[in-house]
Amino acid sequence: RDKKFYYTRVLLGSALAWARASAKCLNFNSMLILLPVCRNLLSFLRGTCLCCRRTMRKQLDRNLTFHKLVAYAIALFTAVHIIAHLCNFEWYNDSQQAADGSLSSILSNLHQDEESNKWLNPIHTNSTTPAYVTFTTIPGLTGVIITLALILMVTSSMEFIRRSYFEVFWYTHHLFIIYFAGLVIHGIAGLVRGQTAESLNKHNPEHCAQDPRYWGGNNTDSHCEEPEFGSIPAEVSPSICSLCRVLLATPRSAQAVAVVHPSKVLELQMHKKGFSMEVGQYIFINCPSVSHLEWHPFTLTSAPEEDFFSVHIRAAGDWTENLIDTFQQQKPKTPRIEVDGPFGTASEDVFQYEVAMLVGAGIGVTPFASVLKSIWYKFQHADQRLKTKKVGQAAFNFDNDTDVVTGLKQKTAFGRPMWSNEFSAVATAHPRSVVGVFLCGPQALAKSLQKCCHQYSSLDPRKVKFYFNKENF
Amino acid sequence: MGRIEWAMWANEQALASGLILVTGGVVAVAAQFKGWPFAAYAIAAGVFVCLLEYPRGKRKKGSTMERCGQKYLTAVVKVFGPITRNYYVRAILHAALAVPAGFLLSTILGTACLGIASAIYLLAAIRGEEWNPIEQKPQERPQVGGGTIKQPPAMPPPRPPADTRKKPPAEVAGQENPIPVTIEAE
Repeated sequence: RDKKFYYTRVLLGSALAWARASAKCLNFNSMLILLPVCRNLLSFLRGTCLCCRRTMRKQLDRNLTFHKLVAYAIALFTAVHIIAHLCNFEWYNDSQQAADGSLSSILSNLHQDEESNKWLNPIHTNSTTPAYVTFTTIPGLTGVIITLALILMVTSSMEFIRRSYFEVFWYTHHLFIIYFAGLVIHGIAGLVRGQTAESLNKHNPEHCAQDPRYWGGNNTDSHCEEPEFGSIPAEVSPSICSLCRVLLATPRSAQAVAVVHPSKVLELQMHKKGFSMEVGQYIFINCPSVSHLEWHPFTLTSAPEEDFFSVHIRAAGDWTENLIDTFQQQKPKTPRIEVDGPFGTASEDVFQYEVAMLVGAGIGVTPFASVLKSIWYKFQHADQRLKTKKVGQAAFNFDNDTDVVTGLKQKTAFGRPMWSNEFSAVATAHPRSVVGVFLCGPQALAKSLQKCCHQYSSLDPRKVKFYFNKENF
Repeated sequence: MGRIEWAMWANEQALASGLILVTGGVVAVAAQFKGWPFAAYAIAAGVFVCLLEYPRGKRKKGSTMERCGQKYLTAVVKVFGPITRNYYVRAILHAALAVPAGFLLSTILGTACLGIASAIYLLAAIRGEEWNPIEQKPQERPQVGGGTIKQPPAMPPPRPPADTRKKPPAEVAGQENPIPVTIEAE
């Protein structure tokens, strides 16, 4: 209980502490919230953790969950902060308007007429309302603006809106720029004040508060000069990460060759100087002739061993349909494409596990197309790290005895797999291995696979263990 | 941004504003700020807005996720017919409800948010959107085979004997199709 704030607390009560505590939490959380969505930072962390255990990188998969959690915390602390300041403004106003000679009214009237900056109560007249004060002071105004920005961001990122109308979510979420700018300005004006150290030497609040009539003047009995106040500097939230994110994202143009497949799927094969990828990574693509501002993620379907990189794009909305139309029109000059990435996801770890189970559902097969192609190339070059005796089961040749659906020797089975059978088969076949299970697909499937992983992993660390890796956009 | 249905976002925004109005109102009434009758009004308005906005309307395209337990309120809101169906009415209603709460600092945030929701509803109304209730679907028949069979057998009996069938991972019977199967687009 700092003596500096003794008189401030007289006016405001505990609301001062609530407001300042929640403000510090907000500062911290605002810094944290940007970290999980810095794509470049995440890829960098993944890259440097080659010597670390696998579990470290698995935590990075949950970056979106973390981002949402921090967002909820920000919303909660914002609510606390606003309520505390509502009380503060009201009580400052009450103190200013009170004419009953109480300690609060005396404190409020101190140093109000002078040009000096020594006042305690920021409200200087007694004919105003808290609302008016809010909108005419910098912290008040910026506070309202950034809260509105926050509320708009939160309502447009509800699951329903995000899944159905992604553009609304994407564009509204860019209001974070206003949020951070306002946040920095918010604390600058210094409306919250405490007694200056110099004044504390001449005026001890605990002793002098009892008898405010004797302050100042030439009174030698109580040694109480008039107290003086100064502003407490606010901590500026670190906006370094946001700057980094903006600076590090440096997309450059790529040359594209387009192949249109039946059923409205576009394959874009691209070359870009200095581009290198790993299996299962994804890139963001922007086509200025379709939309200047929209960047959409697509998984790379080519293998690192090929000399181009490709994505397969299905028509599933405005932007994709327009893109396919643009490429189908066959103008003399192919449209310019900009590429940002590649960014790493969980599928990069496929080759790190002794045994890997890959599950792709629906559009989720695309990362595994890249993996399978890469396996084929490795098999072609007789990569010693790959156990060829298992690869033989999925031989990529086109003999008579091939499956009619995929043209491969491995027969295609219809219907949904029974996961318990699959898992127990793998567990019996590899009783002492670490098995990585990779999924790219819907949430319901993730739940059942995770359950199976727990069920079939043995407690004995020497026996089989299943590790679940999930990726989703 | 072509196929956005603005009403859906307006609905979320209005629901949030209702909650903010109630919170601001409760704070002002509990701490007895000056002008707290406005706050009492804000609580009432907030509750009303929440009840009105809780049932989510049906999307034009695609399936709509219902909010938990919304069917009771849907029945009530449906009764008012064109008043609740038309978004112009909602836009004006929200704008009108928002104004009195703007006189008190505690509830002014609710005013701003409800005002924004009203503006988005106006945009939705201009684009011709309407509120349609989500009806209960009839119970689906339980699927044969536990729902894992996607394609019925292409050949009538007698079918090829078991040893030429593909090895299935489960009890689902595979099928060797002598005619090529065309893969349709999803």
